[in-house]
Parts: sequence; structure tokens; C-alpha cells
Amino acid sequence: MPAVTSEQVESRVIETLASFGPDASQITRDATFEELDIDSLDLVELAQVVEDEYGVVLKGEDMKELKTVGESIDLIVARAE
Amino acid sequence: MPDPAPRREGCALVTGASRGIGAAIARALARDGWPVGVNYRADQAGAEAVVAEIERAGARAVALGADVADPGAADQLFEALESQFACPVLALVNNAGIAADNLTPSLRDDEWAAVLDTNLTAAFRLTRRALKPMLRARSGRIVNISSVVALRANPGQANYAAAKAGLIALTKTAAVEVARRGITINAVAPGWIDTDMTAEVSTDLLAQVPARRAGTPEEVAACVRFLASDEASYVTGAVLTVDGGLAA
Repeated sequence: MPAVTSEQVESRVIETLASFGPDASQITRDATFEELDIDSLDLVELAQVVEDEYGVVLKGEDMKELKTVGESIDLIVARAE
Repeated sequence: MPDPAPRREGCALVTGASRGIGAAIARALARDGWPVGVNYRADQAGAEAVVAEIERAGARAVALGADVADPGAADQLFEALESQFACPVLALVNNAGIAADNLTPSLRDDEWAAVLDTNLTAAFRLTRRALKPMLRARSGRIVNISSVVALRANPGQANYAAAKAGLIALTKTAAVEVARRGITINAVAPGWIDTDMTAEVSTDLLAQVPARRAGTPEEVAACVRFLASDEASYVTGAVLTVDGGLAA
């Protein structure tokens, strides 16, 4: 199976985050979860989507370190390789 | 003629449902439109009889064997139920329970561990697993069957009471964590209910029950049915005693 591309992950992460409330146009790589009003439960759900789709397991301690959308995308891509 | 049962987007899992309170809950949820997974550990014939009764009434159910104390049971049960009915599990009733009574000075480690494993740890694992489809669906109902002994001491049941009180704390904490996703988590605390499990309970206890009688599994099941219903959408983190006034 080819490794997932950063673009694919970015698109899926933005789509998932948008489902939690923020407008998709606000969800940039530099946006912080705090600015987007994405809370810890949202990140648990994001981790579930990532695990289901990419087989990448993000633990609670991984999620706590993430501050921006870009950091989450980079972590998922790195783990998926 | 009663209103037809509502159509459900998901199915329900009731653990320990081959007899007693669990069987009554499975029947009540099935009548309320839920396709039901009737979990059993050892009593396959009992579970199949519950399923047959539900099917005769025109509803859907399946018997699912698994010891909930087994760490792999949650995934196994959810996968089997979701594939059987092709829908997510959106109602979970953690009912499976065992007792191993002894006064605290004599309570053995294995009696403590077995009761905590089945009555509390299994409920945690099943709750954790259930929240996956429920979070995705923005909807779900979890009902944990606690006990009046979590609220009022009953000598000889330190392990059982600790597990059942832990279940209430789990209920409240998890309820608060997921409330904003349309998921409710509540506990029902039965008192002395007429089942095989209480057949050997001293009848002296009856004198302490304000209602002066034992409850029936159906009286507990009615409360679970309500908590699993759409009408209970604003009830979460609650403990509903069904005990004839024993804990009042």
C-alpha cells in the first residue's frame, strides 16, 4: 500500500475538524486547536478517525503535545510512513 | 393499541442477559424497538430462550457468548453485534455481575479480584468501546447496573459494594466527559430484586424494605428502558434507585 501523502492527511484532518464546529476556512496549518475551539474530546475523536483510516495509533500523551493543525498532520504522516 | 416501537438507528447490547434482570432488560429494549445482543457467559440455553421469546414477539435479538471479564470481550461482542444487525451499537447496558460474598476479614484476594473484574473493569472496557460508535453518531445511551449496596452498607459484600460504587463514579465521570455529544450515561441501583442471585438472601432483609416486598426484574428493566429512550435525553450522570425505598 502506498504511504499516505501529506495532502491526503491534511484534507482528512481539516474535514474532521470542521465537523466539530469551526469553519473550514479557519482551519489552516498554523491555526491552534485553542483558537479553533477544538477541545480534548474532539482530539480523541480525531485520533479515532486517524486510527481507522491510516492505522496510526495516537495516544493521549501524543495528543496532549499537539498545539496546531499542522503539528497533527505532520505527526500522522510521520507515523504512517 | 400501543404506539409502535420507534425505528432505531443502532442496536443495543445487554451483558449478562441470559436470566434475571439482564433478560428482563433485553426483552424491554427489544419491545422498545432496539435490536438486542443478549450476552451470556455460561448459560447459552437461557440466552437462546430470551432471544426466541423476543423473536416470537416480532423483534430482533441475537445470543452472544463471552465472558465480559476477558479483556478481548468488548471488541468481540461489538464486532459480532454490529455485523449481525449491520448497525452501530448505540445502547449499552452493563448488567453482567457476579458476587463472592464474605466478611471483610475473610475476603480472599481472588474473591475481590473476580468481582471487581466482572462488575467494574468489564463495564469500563465496554463503555470505552461503546463510546467509539456513539461519539461518531453523536448519540448513545449507556446504563450501568449498580446496586443499592453502593449506597447503603450490606455486610459481607465489600467487594461487590466497592465495584458497584465504582460503577457509579465511572458513570458520573464518563457522563460529564461526553454529555455534549448527545450521549447519556446513567446508573440504575436495584435493591432486593427477586432473581436467582438473591434467592439465598435472608428474608430478614425484607423487613428493612419500606415497600415490604422484593422488586421484580421487570421493574428494573422499565427504568433501564426509560434511560435508553429518547425521552431521557436530558438525564445523564444520574443514579436511579429501584429499591422499594431501601436507600431513601
